[in-house]
Amino acid sequence: MIRTPLRPLARILAARDRGESPAAIERENQRLRQEQQRDRARQRAEGRLLVLGVFFFSAFALVGLRMGALATSEPSEPRAAAPGAQIVAQRADIVDRKGRVLATNLATHSLYAQPRLMVDKLRAAQELARIFPDLEAEKLQALFTGDRTFIWLKKRISPEQMQRVHDIGEPGLLFGPREMRFYPNGKLAAHVLGGYSFGRESVHAAEVIGVAGVERAFDDFLRDPGNGAAPLRLSLDLTVQATVEQVLAGGMTLMNAKGAAAVLMDAKSGEVLSMVSLPAFDPNDRPAPLTTGDAGDSPLFNRAVQGVYELGSTFKIFAAAQALDLGLVAPSTMIETKGPLVWGRYKIRDFHDYGRELSMTDVIVKSSNIGTARVALQIGAARQKAFLKQLGFLDPTPVEMVEAPGAQPLYPANWSEISTMTISYGHGLSASPLHLAAAYASVVNGGTRVRPTLLAAPPAQPGERIVSAGTSARIRSMLREVVTRGTASFGEVPGYAVGGKTGTADKPRPGGGYYKDKVIATFASVFPAHDPKYVLIVTLDEPEETSGPRPRRTAGWTAVPVATEIIRRAAPLLGLRPEIEPAPGFGVTEVSN
Amino acid sequence: MKSVLYILSALAVVALAIWAYRENYRTQQALVEASRLQGEIGAMHETLARLNAEWAYLNRPDRLRDLTSLGFERLGLLPLRPEQFGQIEQVAYPDPEFPQHDPKAEELQ
Repeated sequence: MIRTPLRPLARILAARDRGESPAAIERENQRLRQEQQRDRARQRAEGRLLVLGVFFFSAFALVGLRMGALATSEPSEPRAAAPGAQIVAQRADIVDRKGRVLATNLATHSLYAQPRLMVDKLRAAQELARIFPDLEAEKLQALFTGDRTFIWLKKRISPEQMQRVHDIGEPGLLFGPREMRFYPNGKLAAHVLGGYSFGRESVHAAEVIGVAGVERAFDDFLRDPGNGAAPLRLSLDLTVQATVEQVLAGGMTLMNAKGAAAVLMDAKSGEVLSMVSLPAFDPNDRPAPLTTGDAGDSPLFNRAVQGVYELGSTFKIFAAAQALDLGLVAPSTMIETKGPLVWGRYKIRDFHDYGRELSMTDVIVKSSNIGTARVALQIGAARQKAFLKQLGFLDPTPVEMVEAPGAQPLYPANWSEISTMTISYGHGLSASPLHLAAAYASVVNGGTRVRPTLLAAPPAQPGERIVSAGTSARIRSMLREVVTRGTASFGEVPGYAVGGKTGTADKPRPGGGYYKDKVIATFASVFPAHDPKYVLIVTLDEPEETSGPRPRRTAGWTAVPVATEIIRRAAPLLGLRPEIEPAPGFGVTEVSN
Repeated sequence: MKSVLYILSALAVVALAIWAYRENYRTQQALVEASRLQGEIGAMHETLARLNAEWAYLNRPDRLRDLTSLGFERLGLLPLRPEQFGQIEQVAYPDPEFPQHDPKAEELQ
């Protein structure tokens, strides 16, 4: 660049000639140069401002466009997300202890109608009524031609039905995807599983919620997507459950009973291997609860958990166990059994007259009410109540079913001496068969408390001590003698050394008093008696064995044969080898010192 | 010297642009593929669940019981009884096999 000199010689000389001041020329040139510099600086600053302006404009435009795009577009899942912990939006399966499916999900469809989209409403109504016999053409037609714009027709339909609805070709009939709960084994373990229904519903999905049994009790666990589809593993064994159910149903028919319940429990851990209540229902098509009559007559009623009954002489073993444990009696102590035992205005009688006195063992073996009542008097009301509370008879069972907390045992508010006596032989206190199973397990397994559970891998047992190991062994040998020479003589299964106690309780009338010809027959058994592994309770409601000249209702004739067959069939399935039992008294001498 | 540097950097920019372009399309392809696979996995899970349910349904104790009674003449299946437990001593083992005398093998040697 050529700089213009501040004092160009030609102009200065010319100015000097004219007598002007050359300094004016210099100032003039300086001014021009400064103006040029100022213009350049302004230009540069303006350029920078422009760039900055463009930059800010672009930035704001970008943010604005992005916001607009986000606001108007459909949200989508990030596709490149790494597959981390598996999230499954399905309800978890329920399996048995060996992993066999008890409840799972199936994808089906629901059917709904949008009359505004319909072409031929009359034909659609007629065709639908032909496909679904429970829908009526006239009602459908009235619905389609009415004001409604949206109508649910079916909550779930089979693929065949869906195809047939498709074939109608009506654009106003639409399908929504549905998850439904499926119980592949039908009626099996129905009371344990409970059932399901739909919660909040929309066209695209519906909540599946449990309504009873473990489905309800573990609803939160089953619905938790964070489980990663881990199934709920129950302690039930499918094959054993099926066998018990089959034998019990046969026994119920043979014994003309109107209901039956069975609980098979692991004597050490309290795991329930089988729980049956008959009559049963199909959880795939759960019936509606009864609105009239006795809820106990509904197939939905779980007799094993909800049914609280006076369980009769099966309770005698608790009086015996407590008396032995307190050192009040020994198995050979003689107890007065002369009847009737009069207490105030009450009289206690035995089924037969057992003579003047019996040993403690024989009181149990022959099932003497009078003998047991006398033992209970020695124990006293307070100690008896405390013992039964320890065994769990005064509280609902802690089993993981939604019905369990409602099954509160019934016992007298005023635990008088006569109550003590009647409760000792099982009248005056009502409890469920599951209570009885847990209490028997607690007494025979060596004397530690067992809490029933429906989950495989239960919390660590043993629980707190109820009776000493020695008492437990003596009780087991008493129970064994009940089977070998007592009231449960039909209970013998070769190789399994069954021990048990029968109980026949008259059913209470709704108005008060007892029926003469209606009983609850119960057999509480443990096998093998010398090394208890399982406890089985069988309860028959109003049984009547009619092979003899007179109908027989005692548990020895009704519940015991059924329980025997259950043990014969179920024990091999449980992997229990038949064994020769140790000589009598062997176990007792071993632990008595 | 300077111009060589300019040309080299221009070439590098072109090369990088081509690489980025191709990577972009490969990524998008991989994403599409991944989402397709995920859909397939989901469908297969559903199929698996359905097959499991069908398997459980076909193996339900009621049906097996009916099938054993239907096929009783051919199979003779009965419920497991306590008598069927055996002792290990009751099992007859085959005699251990001794090496056979083979004249041909000797000739070969």
